[in-house]
Amino acid sequence: MRKMLRRLGFYLAAAWAALTLNFFIPRMMPGDPASVMVARFKGQLSPEAIGALREAFGLTDAPLWEQYLQYLGHVLQGDLGISVAYFPAPVSEVIATGMAWTLVLAGGALVVSFAAGTLLGVLCAYRRGTWLDTLLPPTLVFSGAFPYFWLAMLALYVFGLVGGWFPLRHAYGQHTEPGLDWTFIASAWRHAVLPAATIVVASIGGWMLSMRNNMIGVLGEDYIALARAKGLQPRRVMLRYAAKNALLPNVTGFGMALGFVLSGSLLTEIIFSYPGQGYLLIQAVRNQDYPLMQGIFLAITIAVLAANWLVDLLYAWLDPRARTEAM
Amino acid sequence: MSLLASLKQDRRAIVGLVILALFLVMALLGSTVGPDAYVMTALPHEPPSAAHWFGTNGQGQDVFAQTIVGARITLAVGFAVGLSVTLIGALVGATAGYFGGTADEVLSLVINIFLIIPGLPLCVVIAAYLPSGPTTLAAVLILTGWAWNARVLRAQTLAIRKKDFIRAATVSGESHLNIIVFEILPNMISLMVSCFISATVYAIGAQVGLEFLGLGDVSVVTWGTNLYWASNDAALLTGSWWMFVPTGLCVALVGFALVMINFAIDEVSNPRLGAERSWLALLKGRGVRPGETTVVMRDHA
Repeated sequence: MRKMLRRLGFYLAAAWAALTLNFFIPRMMPGDPASVMVARFKGQLSPEAIGALREAFGLTDAPLWEQYLQYLGHVLQGDLGISVAYFPAPVSEVIATGMAWTLVLAGGALVVSFAAGTLLGVLCAYRRGTWLDTLLPPTLVFSGAFPYFWLAMLALYVFGLVGGWFPLRHAYGQHTEPGLDWTFIASAWRHAVLPAATIVVASIGGWMLSMRNNMIGVLGEDYIALARAKGLQPRRVMLRYAAKNALLPNVTGFGMALGFVLSGSLLTEIIFSYPGQGYLLIQAVRNQDYPLMQGIFLAITIAVLAANWLVDLLYAWLDPRARTEAM
Repeated sequence: MSLLASLKQDRRAIVGLVILALFLVMALLGSTVGPDAYVMTALPHEPPSAAHWFGTNGQGQDVFAQTIVGARITLAVGFAVGLSVTLIGALVGATAGYFGGTADEVLSLVINIFLIIPGLPLCVVIAAYLPSGPTTLAAVLILTGWAWNARVLRAQTLAIRKKDFIRAATVSGESHLNIIVFEILPNMISLMVSCFISATVYAIGAQVGLEFLGLGDVSVVTWGTNLYWASNDAALLTGSWWMFVPTGLCVALVGFALVMINFAIDEVSNPRLGAERSWLALLKGRGVRPGETTVVMRDHA
């Protein structure tokens, strides 16, 4: 219990650090969002309007700590400022439209890639020295060396444009209304398969390799030798004895990889014009929409922290040691 | 046996080193011997031909030339970031691991926070405020990338710190700085090399990603801006695959080469993996196949 609270404290500290970084980065850098807005309206704004805008962005002349407290208060109320690109929509509203798509796409791809990669890793360790173990790791390393978004471009070109088997953009068909009916779900599924597949291809190698190495480590343990000497089925030794214990480091890695996979999926979304955070991110970069960029950064950080905390809970459930140590 | 000597015997290391060497030569000589990447030489969106091996891009520039010229800045930034990140990681990690106590608690907290905050969105936020260019990208990538190495090297320092020679150095009155720099770090060289390689892979990928988003200096030819222009000039919709395929293949080949070298280093420094390989090779030499349980050997003949 104490350990879980300690972890929770760490996540809160990390969230605070992200909030603070988010506050200080714009204030320490040249350029300010309000002047970008002014440039966008090409002198149609009165000085009062500019002042009001600066205030809306939180750039007042008040002392820094006062601005900081005000900023914290706003963020805690879910107020992330006003988007430049989608003016005058608040950033939190803009982000909310894309968050679900990103979580479903990246989360689904991550789970598939983790499960398949871990299984392949077990298989490689199980059949060490066979063609599977000699061919698979280098192949997956090679596919993992491609940038996510580049694989996405290639997949879109080959399977979408030339093959015509998959839709080219967006998350659901033009004539479908979002809702909980089969046409919508089928359409969303068809649109998600290709982007999700590219994320899986790019990230599966890492899981497989680490699982394979964990397995090789565990296979050297005495209890494995005993299990073999007892004459247990090799498959049983592999799955129930070795894989179960080799899985733990991979579960820890899961939390760490989350941010990385999410980052890659943002770029993948851009290629597929998938209406998630990645799509918003490129809009923000193109329009120099600083509040939106920072909002996306915060939203994704919070999502990653929350997911890591869930992984922690899962870990405690998987590993009895993590529970007893905490007592 | 030195690290380099044992690497020479590993097939994967040789493959990796050869590919890497080719790209380094390309990066060094590229702009001096090849065609000019910045001038408009033909009609835009020309498919590959004898005159333009990789075709032309949306501005009528030669894609082959752009691929070669792009290597220089991309690889320079990649290796520079890899090196800086490893050095910073080594210093922070060794300090945390060596001193322990409160210093370790605080440094570890900072390391873990930097690890858990997702890198790309943070890079985007910082890079968007700074003037665009390779230096900015390098700075941003160093800031967001040092923590992983610090964590790995801290763990290794914890293991080394308990060894007798460190105690001997402490007793003989060496300063803390001397112990870290001359006793601990030299004993982690192979790990640091492997950290450097993975950091470089990360740096190249992240840099290409940020430039693809348009956060680099888009007037400079790099692999990242090549992909940015490919996407901006609708390479996909016009079916101009030659605009993005060569650059992506180059990024992947460099990454692949580096990872292969890293595998070989891993095997050299991890006796368990090495011993197993030589054992399997020995069995193979005798025409024996290890059974599924290894305890029982089956004879092939």
